[in-house]
Amino acid sequence: MVKIEGGTYIPLYGRDSLPVTISDFQMDVYPVTNQQYLEFVKKYPKWKRSNVKKLFADDNYLRDWKSDTLLGKDQSLKAPITNISWFAAKDYCECQGKRLPTLDEWEYVAMANKEMPDARRLKKYNEFILSWYEKPKTSNNEIGSTFENYWKVYDLHGLVWEWTYDFNSVLISGESRKDVDDDSNLFCGSAAVGTTDLMNYAAFMRYAIRGSLNANYTMKNLGFRCVKDENN
Amino acid sequence: MIKLNKLVSKVSMLVASFVLVFSCGDSASNEKVAMQDPTTIVIKGTMEAELTAPPFVPAPVGDRPAKKLIVNMEILEEVGTMTDGVEYVYWTFGGSVPGSFIRTRVGDEVEFTLSNHPDNKLPHNIDLHAVTGPGGGATSSFVAPGHEKVFSFKTLNPGLYVYHCATAPVGMHIANGMYGLILVEPEGGLPPVDKEYYIMQGDFYTKGENGEPGLQPFDMQKAVDEDADYVVFNGKVGALTGDGAITANVGETVRLYVGNGGPNLTSSFHVIGEIFDNVHVEGGSIINKDVQTTLIPAGGAAIVDFKVDVPGTFILVDHAIFRAFNKGALGMLKVNGEEDKQIYSGVKQEGIYNPEGGTIQTMPNDGSAVVATNTNKSLSEKMISGKQIYMKTCFACHQAEGQGIPNAFPPLAKSDYLNADVKRAIGAVLNGLTGEITVNGQKYNSIMTKQTLTDEEIADVMTYVYNSWGNNKTNVTPTMVAEVKSSH
Repeated sequence: MVKIEGGTYIPLYGRDSLPVTISDFQMDVYPVTNQQYLEFVKKYPKWKRSNVKKLFADDNYLRDWKSDTLLGKDQSLKAPITNISWFAAKDYCECQGKRLPTLDEWEYVAMANKEMPDARRLKKYNEFILSWYEKPKTSNNEIGSTFENYWKVYDLHGLVWEWTYDFNSVLISGESRKDVDDDSNLFCGSAAVGTTDLMNYAAFMRYAIRGSLNANYTMKNLGFRCVKDENN
Repeated sequence: MIKLNKLVSKVSMLVASFVLVFSCGDSASNEKVAMQDPTTIVIKGTMEAELTAPPFVPAPVGDRPAKKLIVNMEILEEVGTMTDGVEYVYWTFGGSVPGSFIRTRVGDEVEFTLSNHPDNKLPHNIDLHAVTGPGGGATSSFVAPGHEKVFSFKTLNPGLYVYHCATAPVGMHIANGMYGLILVEPEGGLPPVDKEYYIMQGDFYTKGENGEPGLQPFDMQKAVDEDADYVVFNGKVGALTGDGAITANVGETVRLYVGNGGPNLTSSFHVIGEIFDNVHVEGGSIINKDVQTTLIPAGGAAIVDFKVDVPGTFILVDHAIFRAFNKGALGMLKVNGEEDKQIYSGVKQEGIYNPEGGTIQTMPNDGSAVVATNTNKSLSEKMISGKQIYMKTCFACHQAEGQGIPNAFPPLAKSDYLNADVKRAIGAVLNGLTGEITVNGQKYNSIMTKQTLTDEEIADVMTYVYNSWGNNKTNVTPTMVAEVKSSH
């Protein structure tokens, strides 16, 4: 884990675009891998594919694994674990004495590029994110295959989507055009109407994917990593 | 929030059923009136909808009764070809752009399952303009990769309707190809015709300019500026030409279901050499007759039909004509059969169709106007200008290093054909070249179109070619070009 120095930032949307203050915390350098999750299910058999409660994970849970404790033929031990539900991810982190990052924490760290803590206005940074969205099948790439950012954290963009603790705190109703209504408070003012710059539309897609999820959903492109409060 | 919506819809269904209970008490004399209200059309049985990829459409509905119609549609994000050498990541409904054609009749209850393939990156949904309900179904169909959503709707209005994805950013989802058509046939079906086809226009925005090779990412700024690099029928340049052309026989009636996915541009749909006998204006119930060009708004459609009386190749275009000849909005209808000299007596030329190509065209110069030419350009000046012309005009066939494309376009690099005879080479650029030639021992038989370049431009580009890739370093001057020109 690495230390993330807290600070104040204005998220793209949510919370009426008020500045959000983040306390110091520690974050996993990489997303949790297949190997790490394998050890986890061996230790906590209730999270084995054959044991998992439907309430906590849908039918695609660990779908690409060959069995309860064997990876699929083409899966890499060092690839991020995916097809994992929010419940499973949350429990994994708690069993390590950690927790899932909040949406604000995740976005705060993920707005950094290699050199600066907030690169959201940079064209290059956004183009990198967008080009990933257009690149199929990146979920079996190994961790560390993207870039190390300002905080020395890898793979926030370019590998898999990641669960956050409060992934659905910003509601996207599914009817994305309706979400532009003034009364929905989902967007920071004109950004919703004038989604012309790259920063907005990169983030839009991230919020859209979160909005499409339920906590028991699992997805081939969705993994997670854990964080820990600084003083624990 | 979703739960609340469900509750509301349950309450409203309850209200609706009360109304139904009361209306059932009405006398039989009202039955005819009730039949005309599509909400009261009773469905009989269940069937699975046939879905077809463009340019094909499912079999006509005819006079079948209204049914519960099962539609299963899968969303796929995949790399496809925009035009030769240019690839693009398409987001599709059913694996094609436009998406699968859905054919229903008024009164059907469509049960729609939208599945988002697990390999996809993004959530999607579907807004069908044939739906009466919030978001056209988009509110109920927002679906994450690896999941599916089911909703149903009753088709209340006959017509031809667009469907598209409505997930943020909406414009981008449409620009990547997420649109298609759903037809709602009227009671008793549309009048029968001999051939039916599905054509949909769309505009595309790529980081590189038209023709720039490689995998081209979507360009948001160009989309906002409505500055399209490609305007095409059925998702790519040439989808409806050559082997992809639609066909008919002389004497047959042809109906085209034409949509416009946009996202931005309105289409001036036209078939060169045909007149539409009937046009369902905007895909609705008004029928206009004897129409040359019909306007199809972005997110709109039209049904056109006409009888083909004479054989030949009929060109489908967006009559905003630079889109047709320079951005791809061009298709072909090939009609076979007996000629009818009374209707069209003109000379039929076989196999000759010279598309203008992508370069900027200029009016022929009769020599009376004085063109300022710099005949004293240095070799390095010529190389710079020649390279630019090459990249614009010759690159697509002869490639960046003059290596050509095996079995299609001959190489210019170390070309014995080129180096042997400079006058012959100038002639090829000036007049085009057809028929078999042998270059470096390989036989080629393709067509090089005549290039509309000035003498100076030809001199520059040929000097560039002769001074690159191991060629014999000939310095071609505008005077040499003029000589070859006048020798013809």
